[in-house]
Amino acid sequence: MILDYIPLFLTVIAGFGLGVIFKLLAEYLGERRGTAVKSSTYESGMIPFGTARERYSVKFYMVAVSFIIFDIEVVFLYPWAVKFRELGTPGIAAMAVFFIILLLGYLYEIRKGGFEWE
Amino acid sequence: MDSFLYILALAGIKLGIVFTLVLLAAAALVYLERRIAGIIQDRLGPNRTGPFGLLQPFADVTKLLMKEDIVPEAANKKIHGIAPIITLGVAFVVYAVIPFGDYILINGEKIYMGLATAPDINIGILFILAMTSVGIYGITLAGWSSNNKYSLIGGLRSAAQMVSYEIAMGLALVGVVMLTGSFGLSDIVRHQDGWLWNIFTQPLGFIIFLTASFAEMNRTPFDLPEADAELVGGYNTEYSGMKFGMFFLAEYANMATSSAIIALVYLGGWTLPVPAETLGLEDGSVLLGLAQFVTFIVKIFAMTIFIIWVRWSIPRFRYDQLMHLGWKILLPLGLINLVLTAVGIKIFA
Repeated sequence: MILDYIPLFLTVIAGFGLGVIFKLLAEYLGERRGTAVKSSTYESGMIPFGTARERYSVKFYMVAVSFIIFDIEVVFLYPWAVKFRELGTPGIAAMAVFFIILLLGYLYEIRKGGFEWE
Repeated sequence: MDSFLYILALAGIKLGIVFTLVLLAAAALVYLERRIAGIIQDRLGPNRTGPFGLLQPFADVTKLLMKEDIVPEAANKKIHGIAPIITLGVAFVVYAVIPFGDYILINGEKIYMGLATAPDINIGILFILAMTSVGIYGITLAGWSSNNKYSLIGGLRSAAQMVSYEIAMGLALVGVVMLTGSFGLSDIVRHQDGWLWNIFTQPLGFIIFLTASFAEMNRTPFDLPEADAELVGGYNTEYSGMKFGMFFLAEYANMATSSAIIALVYLGGWTLPVPAETLGLEDGSVLLGLAQFVTFIVKIFAMTIFIIWVRWSIPRFRYDQLMHLGWKILLPLGLINLVLTAVGIKIFA
């Protein structure tokens, strides 16, 4: 059984290995003639001011938090979905309860404006 | 120990074949995209390098490899270098679970097409979902580490967008898993044999999954992370040479991957349009394997051409529209699809 996963691990190593090879090629094949202006931040030809390390919209955090909540709900659904036929009616009843709780949370977040983007 | 070596050798050979195929597919897609864009915009597109311009992508890669690699002074240099490796690596790793056909028998030995040597790699879909999540890191880290305002906004946008549509994608897949009772992609394909494609049994799920795939690929109409008109190049503004090429390659490899997944999950994968017996092909014969492989490739190409077509026909969404579609339309639709599937299975099975 564990032998089945060897090709999987091998692919992971080889896939990222290929990425490393491409990166090394990128770094050693091209000629380098660096100047101060060339290695400065690109801002459409204007003289760059400030850094990008500033505060940004809290909306992105809101999306991240909502994602964690709903993605975990989806993960809960997977094992249930695989065994759906075997679980029968009790399985559906249990999932209906879970669904109602999920739906209440979803409606609450909509009412609070959690998904608004202005 | 012998079996261990055997598995290692087999996986090595398959790795060579599959990775070559993916690289060639990415090159072919770059060419196709530029030619189709040309046709749609009533011009020729690249037609000078080689016959019909077919060598254009190879010329592009050679040029990118010889270009100077510029790392901006202000960038976080280590992460700036790691980000393209993650993006490109993920694009290849996903192929570990994609079957290109059923098994073929060589000297009485079952050989499975695709990298999965065993039929019971039972986590196919989960592995793909996990890997696409890792792919988000590549783009987000590229945007953040560049220390450039355009890149940062592009990276943040893509993180929020991919994360939002992943939920809809996961929900759409739950319906398919309920029908099949397995995560294994081979099981899902076998379940669709004889024109019982999931696109017919799960039409709503298919539309959700298709839309979410476009968002996960960061392609039009959801290409806000690199919206050229406002963000220059988005997350890859500060990348040059082959490091930019890696993002580019990964984007096209991901296009092939998404098409392959859609073909496997909803369009019947490698199942033949007519039963194998009518064609006189034996179960497990090399010819049957070849026929399945060709069927699968045709479906992938049809899907990629559709994706390219969409890109050159539809304008870009606004970011608030994108979020609205993801959270307030696709998510509830996904839940409705789930309920409909449950009811459907109860009634018909």
